[in-house]
Amino acid sequence: MSLFLEISFSAMANGLHNWLAGSISNATLVSVTEMAIAGVSLLLFLVPLCFFLGYMERKVAAFMQIRLGPNRVGPKGTLQIVADTVKLLFKEGLTPNASDKFLFNLAPIIVVVTSMLAMAPIAFAKNFQIWDINIGVLYVSAISSLAVIGILMAGWSSYNKYSLLGAMRSGAQIVSYELSVGLSLISIVILTGSLRMSDIVASQADGWWIIKGHIPVIISFVIFLIASTAEINRAPFDLAEAEQELTAGFHTEYSGMKFAMFLLAEYINLFIVSAIAATLFLGGWMPFHLGNWSFFNNVMDYIPGSLWFMGKTFLIIFIIMQFRWTFPRLRVDQLLTLEWKYLLPISMVNVIIVTMMAIFGWHL
Amino acid sequence: MDVLMLSAEQNTPFNYFPIALQLVIAVGFVVVMMLVSHLLGPKRKTEDKLINFESGIPSVGNARQPMGIKYFLVAILFVLFDVEVIFFYPYAVNFKYLGKEGFLEVVLFVAFFLCGFIYIVKRGALEWED
Repeated sequence: MSLFLEISFSAMANGLHNWLAGSISNATLVSVTEMAIAGVSLLLFLVPLCFFLGYMERKVAAFMQIRLGPNRVGPKGTLQIVADTVKLLFKEGLTPNASDKFLFNLAPIIVVVTSMLAMAPIAFAKNFQIWDINIGVLYVSAISSLAVIGILMAGWSSYNKYSLLGAMRSGAQIVSYELSVGLSLISIVILTGSLRMSDIVASQADGWWIIKGHIPVIISFVIFLIASTAEINRAPFDLAEAEQELTAGFHTEYSGMKFAMFLLAEYINLFIVSAIAATLFLGGWMPFHLGNWSFFNNVMDYIPGSLWFMGKTFLIIFIIMQFRWTFPRLRVDQLLTLEWKYLLPISMVNVIIVTMMAIFGWHL
Repeated sequence: MDVLMLSAEQNTPFNYFPIALQLVIAVGFVVVMMLVSHLLGPKRKTEDKLINFESGIPSVGNARQPMGIKYFLVAILFVLFDVEVIFFYPYAVNFKYLGKEGFLEVVLFVAFFLCGFIYIVKRGALEWED
């Protein structure tokens, strides 16, 4: 397509595939090796990503509160998070005597593993995807809802009143908001007719759904943003770890690397939610095109797809980070009222409207 | 109906193999990180360190207390409504083949659920203030 796409990730993946197919004769072994490489490179991608998100969160917080944020370790404070991680690595990991020790240690593993698994079907660029499965969207929502088990497990096994309260709140909150997340994802599935991530991105080649889908899709995008912010336990929906009331909620008793695992999972979840929003509503790696302006469209085509994807994802991450410093925390009854009495009926009716739109072909 | 046949044809267990491998790698990563931290960190465990945190005062009572029934009520309502959301997925993929009749049936389905929803609200299941 263009010079830049030649050196893009999909070209790299193709080159790797050809090289492996040349050097290993067994076809099954080639695909297994490829999958292993994909899994390991996902890890290599996730750790710097979480470093960057941690840095970004602190800088965004600092700018919104008119202060500087981390600026001592490394240039402009970029190595602050690395230093924090090293510190956490050398900390003593305590397991309180009264706690259920097996479940206490299992909980962070479940929380991180579910969030890492949910990364698999995300399309980073054209043909650059770890796992292009035909149930992509369903898979992500299924796996990410498993994290609530880990959180409940952490809260219950800690034998701490704050942890238990935080976990119960978090459980009620995550399951409630999952309904709205599911329904707003379904509105895009209806318009696309496929659960496969690559099909969903391909259907937006002539315009992103948020533009093509008129007001109903904008409504479901807003609902998705609100509900997924609640689902990943971020402020203003961070009742599960409301510092002023519950110390640190479900991870009060955790220290050292186990605590870092909860943080890691939080940032991976933040990335996944934003990546799903970018893929479904903002066209994934599809460049922005404006009608018949062929010059403008060509210039946009020169930007690699992975950059488009990352740009859109980080835009949404930035919006979610701003929520934290813009809205006050909700009370638990307000939280459930917002979901059950407002978002759920709205998204249910919205799904019907989107279905009518798709049947009668009202979208562009 | 070619979409349905295509997806049936591609659903072999090998399609799910990448995720099994991903699971192994993810579990391996977490366990290795926790082990490394366990080996590197100090191990000076004292009695005071290992009691549960309660804002610095001696721990009072039992942490395995009964919780408010509202949380469980929300969980049960979630099961009902999540089934509805799950039923939407097959419809969402195939609604073009089902046409207007299928659409009417889904509207009926949603209407039934809205009736149940109105019942829940009227019964005060979502009122958190006693």
